[in-house]
Amino acid sequence: MKKVLEGSHAVSEAVRLAKVQVMSAYPITPQTHIVEALSEYCTDGTMAARFLLVESEHSAMAAVIGASSGGARTFTATSSQGLALMHELLHWASAARLPIIMAEVNRALAPGWNIWMDQTDSLAQRDTGWIQLYCEDGQDVFDTTLQAYRLAEAVNLPVMVVLDAFFLSHTFEPVDVPDQDLVDRFLPPFSPRIELNTSDPFALGQMAPPTVYMEMRHDIQKAMEQVPEIFSKVEQEFAAIFGRSYGPVERVHCDDAQVIMVVTGTAASTCRKVISDLRSQGEKVGMLKLKMFRPFPTDLIRENLGSVQKVAVVDRNFSFGASGIFAQEIRAALCNRNGHPPVFGYITGLGGRDVTPEILAEIYWKTKNSAFPENESVWVGLNE
Amino acid sequence: MYEIRFHGRGGQGTVVASILLAKAFFNAGYYVQTFPLFGVERRGAPVEAYLRLDKEKILVRSNIYTPDHVVVQDAKLLDRVDVTAGLKKGGSILINLKDIPDTMETFSGFRFAFVDANQIAVNNGLGSRTQPIINTAMIGAFARVMEMPHLDMITGAIENEIHVKTDQNVSAARQAYDAVTLFGMLENKCGNP
Repeated sequence: MKKVLEGSHAVSEAVRLAKVQVMSAYPITPQTHIVEALSEYCTDGTMAARFLLVESEHSAMAAVIGASSGGARTFTATSSQGLALMHELLHWASAARLPIIMAEVNRALAPGWNIWMDQTDSLAQRDTGWIQLYCEDGQDVFDTTLQAYRLAEAVNLPVMVVLDAFFLSHTFEPVDVPDQDLVDRFLPPFSPRIELNTSDPFALGQMAPPTVYMEMRHDIQKAMEQVPEIFSKVEQEFAAIFGRSYGPVERVHCDDAQVIMVVTGTAASTCRKVISDLRSQGEKVGMLKLKMFRPFPTDLIRENLGSVQKVAVVDRNFSFGASGIFAQEIRAALCNRNGHPPVFGYITGLGGRDVTPEILAEIYWKTKNSAFPENESVWVGLNE
Repeated sequence: MYEIRFHGRGGQGTVVASILLAKAFFNAGYYVQTFPLFGVERRGAPVEAYLRLDKEKILVRSNIYTPDHVVVQDAKLLDRVDVTAGLKKGGSILINLKDIPDTMETFSGFRFAFVDANQIAVNNGLGSRTQPIINTAMIGAFARVMEMPHLDMITGAIENEIHVKTDQNVSAARQAYDAVTLFGMLENKCGNP
């Protein structure tokens, strides 16, 4: 049934319907309403799950690592400083091959204290071995959370479902929340490959000497390489039941486009409107929405951007001393392809600064009117 | 697309008013999108909430800068906040006010309306005289100003969402709908554009 739901609660509803068994969270800012609703579901009996309130995000991740090792379907959520505190255990979760799902609300890192929308927190965790999926609206984040369980449990890797602070997490909009029996058809109970059991004890996470460590890391990469195919299969099955699919990337008016804008998160939604307005003025502009960031969809990037005239990447994040992080990855994906287009990098919308239709149009015009990027990054919307 | 901005104070149920109105319009067949001004919530501090309505899926996810309608839940905010900032010419402004203000100059070029939501709330036992709970009265009045959605959609949303003093809130919305004073478009006497 469609109902008007806050983005945070779209995640909570998906977690409820996924019949998650163990959740943990540190409930203080920058935490969001996601776990607030889930703790109520556990208290009032809506969910038959254990909700572990812990003393830090580091412990929150440790708790779901323990629960997942014991064979439970797990969930946690965090943001900004909380995600940064988890860093050590993010590596642990992926290297232990645990299919943990975490909602990560993109919030700016301090100081200055901010907690508004900013992608640097999740992108700073790009090398931790987590699959990362960026969401555009309430329906997308609901659907992605459900799909994440199928994907994670198939490849034994954790998934970070990433959503914009406020522009998605605190925004109410219509979201279709299906009945439990439909979700059950899509997502069967978790059948873990590894399951600690007191009746048949064994140890996990033991010493891995140089003779095996490298192979273990190679196995993680092999699992990552399976993700695009498995994600596509999961999406097909999801579409057969719910009628919606998204893809690791989405092409919007790309066929005859001379400039393609690469956009993520809620800015991609705003950009759809901008593209359609520019198209009606005769501009040959398209958008490639990037949903999957890890594994990075290199082949799809080459296929969709390799022969366009210009690429404009919108980054709501920044790697100091370098450039926007999405722009870096797109440049890297294209650089070994002959005759690849110039990649223009734009930094905007940091720390909750609004990315308006005007900002996105400005980025298009700047790109169209420049032959080649003057700098690796152009900051748009800075106050003078 | 219609864009609506609510002004209130922390603790006045401004965000709830916007959500209730969104749900009423959703039940009336609209796509809706509502969100608070993203900031730190403090009781008594000026707050804003935004609502977009459209017959098509709403794509723009940035803040609202040029609303079609403005709702002001506390008349004292008029001294502190530029409530007509960005308000489209011919747009409406609805204020919770006891009586006609001394000067209407600020509102020239707009459709002006007011309702004594404080009194209506108190009459219905909602809050206290010093802290009346006026948000349901305000959305009832708003349905009259905008001429939509149907009052039944407003009362339906209140019945679904408000589980404390539901009947009193419904009655406040109905009374405010009837009590609102509408001025229509105010002429621009100053000659400013």
